Amino acid sequence: MRPNLSEPDEFARRIRAHALRMVHAAKASHIGGCLSMADILAVLYTRTLRIDATHPRAPDRDRFVLSKGHATAVLYAALAERGFFSVDDLKTYCCDGSIFTGHVSHAVPGVEVSTGSLGHGLPIAIGMALAARSAGAGSRAFCLLSDGECDEGSNWEGILFAPHHKLDTLVAIVDFNKIQSFGTVAEVLNLDPFAEKWRAFGWHVQEVDGHDIAAMERILDEVPAVPGRPTVIIAHTVKGKGVSFMENKLEWHYRSPSDEQLAAALAEIGA
Amino acid sequence: MRNTFIASLLEIAAENPNIWLLCGDLGYSVLEPFAAKFPDRYINVGVAEQNMAGIAAGIALSGKTVFIYSIGNFPTLRCLEQLRNDVCYHGADVKVVAVGAGYAYGSQGYTHHALEDVAIMSMLPGIEVFVPCDPVEVRAATHMIAASGRPSYLRLSRAGEPVLNPVAPTDVRRMRPLREGRDIVMLASGPVAAQCLEAAAELAKKGLDVGVVSASCLKPFDDEFVRTAARTASLVVTVEEHVLRSGLFSVVATALAGEPRRTPVIGIGIPELAGKISIAGSRETLLKAAGLSADLIADRISQAMAAVSAG
Repeated sequence: MRPNLSEPDEFARRIRAHALRMVHAAKASHIGGCLSMADILAVLYTRTLRIDATHPRAPDRDRFVLSKGHATAVLYAALAERGFFSVDDLKTYCCDGSIFTGHVSHAVPGVEVSTGSLGHGLPIAIGMALAARSAGAGSRAFCLLSDGECDEGSNWEGILFAPHHKLDTLVAIVDFNKIQSFGTVAEVLNLDPFAEKWRAFGWHVQEVDGHDIAAMERILDEVPAVPGRPTVIIAHTVKGKGVSFMENKLEWHYRSPSDEQLAAALAEIGA
Repeated sequence: MRNTFIASLLEIAAENPNIWLLCGDLGYSVLEPFAAKFPDRYINVGVAEQNMAGIAAGIALSGKTVFIYSIGNFPTLRCLEQLRNDVCYHGADVKVVAVGAGYAYGSQGYTHHALEDVAIMSMLPGIEVFVPCDPVEVRAATHMIAASGRPSYLRLSRAGEPVLNPVAPTDVRRMRPLREGRDIVMLASGPVAAQCLEAAAELAKKGLDVGVVSASCLKPFDDEFVRTAARTASLVVTVEEHVLRSGLFSVVATALAGEPRRTPVIGIGIPELAGKISIAGSRETLLKAAGLSADLIADRISQAMAAVSAG
């Protein structure tokens, strides 16, 4: 079930373009957080995850849980590119009657879990890792979190739990774009010293440029990196990455691009 | 009840390797036999109910049947959104087991009184809700939910509740008669059925014909039984160790709302504000204060019957 469908940078370019078109057509929010995590998804879906679109429920598949469920457009795009459904289906995003809801839905092929309320994904991924270990399945559980949702106490319950139970097949990835819903992370509820917190809880911590595809690939290749310890990848990212007028702008947590802005954005990413 | 629960779960887990049990650091002197016999399928998650519910969903979505266990409000209200989204929305095979129904933890105080849980759990999509009245029903319900493949809520009292009917129910989703009688039909959920039987015996001495039925399954609810019983009854009475709003009384009243002949229904439960107490009291004391002792139940019914006769 080893993927290798395309080069991750090309995959990232395509899913960024899909996500931009989707939020534009639907007049939807959350493009900033989609663009910040696009390179992370590109590595996962072209290099890391042992999944097979023709057997989406295979018991020994890796599990991917998107905990920042609002940034779902780019995940749907990645699943379409991986062949779970047609790229054409993405056009129904947020349309009446579509399964492609504005927060990630398990009705969509390839999606493991619906989320949307923050702080839910990591405990679910922990349960999946526990079950896989018990079954000797060898599958791993990956959970992608936002930085803002690290305010949620439920995450810290899970962060405390996973090292205690030596869940080394669990990988948390934080899309640390430094901007949450109502301001910067530093302004709203500072997470620093973030890496030290995870380390103190017993995690194997890797900090990486979340847009350095080769570096992320190297880290993800090592999982499980340290026997008996879960891995967290703190991916330093740029909200709105790839579209200059969206980068590091809080407003692109909410705004939907106009026709002109869409054209400019697509031109910038080369789509 | 809790001992019957764990004994039943041990039987089931011996047959079914997919059964897991998680607890939120509660269950001392109850859960140890399971932990000893099935250490690979038992986790004390710690005092972290949101994490427990999410983990349970993750394990269940990997093909297992997961029981989560804690006291009253902790595996229910504390992690309500996890139960709504992670468990019920996904139809994950998770069973929520709460010990300490109603006033079971009497003197421990308000935080330990589970007064709204049945209503709140019943609101969740696709969940089945069981409030057994005695150990016989606990055993039957535990076996049934372990095999149901869907989310369930099992509300247990504590320990030492008497058997109210030795005959095991054939279907725990149906009403289970505890005492025959047709003119006044008492529907009780939970161990407060014992007080109902006592009240019925007192009323019978006055020549009243009183039946007592255990309504242990609040969802799905046996509407047809209630409609049929109400057609020949002069009075329907509901009794629950729970606030009156949205519990058994509401379900029964709803079942009868469309009937052409409207049999009077009275609900005996815990008045919302009366539940907000700040004094210590045994379960018996608190039940009496809420009007749920056998003598007060009998008085309420006598008054209601007098009104029915006068009307």
